[in-house]
Amino acid sequence: MSFLVNLLLGLLFGIGLVVSGMSDPAKVLNFLDLFGSWDPSLALVIGSAVLITFLGYRLVLKRDAPIVGGTFHLPARKDIDARVLTGPAIFGVGWGLGGFCPGPALTALGLGATGTLAFLPAMIVGMWIAHLLARANPRPRTI
Amino acid sequence: MTEFTPIASLLGGAMIGLSAVLLMLWEGRIAGISGIAGGLLPPYRDNAFPSRFGFVIGLMAAPLLLMYFTGAEITQTVSSNVPLMIAAGLLVGFGSIYGNGCTSGHGVCGLSRLSGRSMVATATFMAAAFVTVFLVRHVI
Repeated sequence: MSFLVNLLLGLLFGIGLVVSGMSDPAKVLNFLDLFGSWDPSLALVIGSAVLITFLGYRLVLKRDAPIVGGTFHLPARKDIDARVLTGPAIFGVGWGLGGFCPGPALTALGLGATGTLAFLPAMIVGMWIAHLLARANPRPRTI
Repeated sequence: MTEFTPIASLLGGAMIGLSAVLLMLWEGRIAGISGIAGGLLPPYRDNAFPSRFGFVIGLMAAPLLLMYFTGAEITQTVSSNVPLMIAAGLLVGFGSIYGNGCTSGHGVCGLSRLSGRSMVATATFMAAAFVTVFLVRHVI
């Protein structure tokens, strides 16, 4: 059942990425190009998503528990450690080079562009290396 | 050159937000794509594999179903520079897991929870990406 619900939610998320144009690296890179052909679309996508999520979370988190699973799995850490700076800095460089972050890259698989087929396996290898490092040096779960 | 698309951006963003809210309502999890995709890789720390697998399949199916049912053409310009895209993929994969989140986990869900860590993370990856694109397009 959770598989099916998640499949539908992944579909909704993915359609959101495609409808908003965020599955197109050219649109993302143009947002990141402040001094060139700037396209502000990405700011509106994040703003709209944050507004809905902010309001929705306030309603949902009033409940004692989610529908299944018993508890809400919310990140507990509040401290700013080195990894919450170095990780995003490394991620940001890759995002600026390719125009893909993980969600749009996954939606792009079926469209089969050469760059996507190069990017995705490399992304999985990169994730796995960091995942194994985290396992060797345990911390609360990734959000 | 891409066109500024405010209505489509707000609509698509709302769908992304709705998906994140419903995932929290359903099983109490953050809709962070790097966490969801990274959680498919062993070793496993919990038993949420079927959920994560379902979410990723849904993401991958989205453009195909959209094209099939609406006949819409999905425009996409991806660099075909293979070494560049491999390097980008390694950095995105490593950095998003090492920093506990990406555009969705920190950028959408974290900011919505007013998490200080996510605000720092989002400001950092945005700054790194702005600088990278500036260097690639205007300096190198």
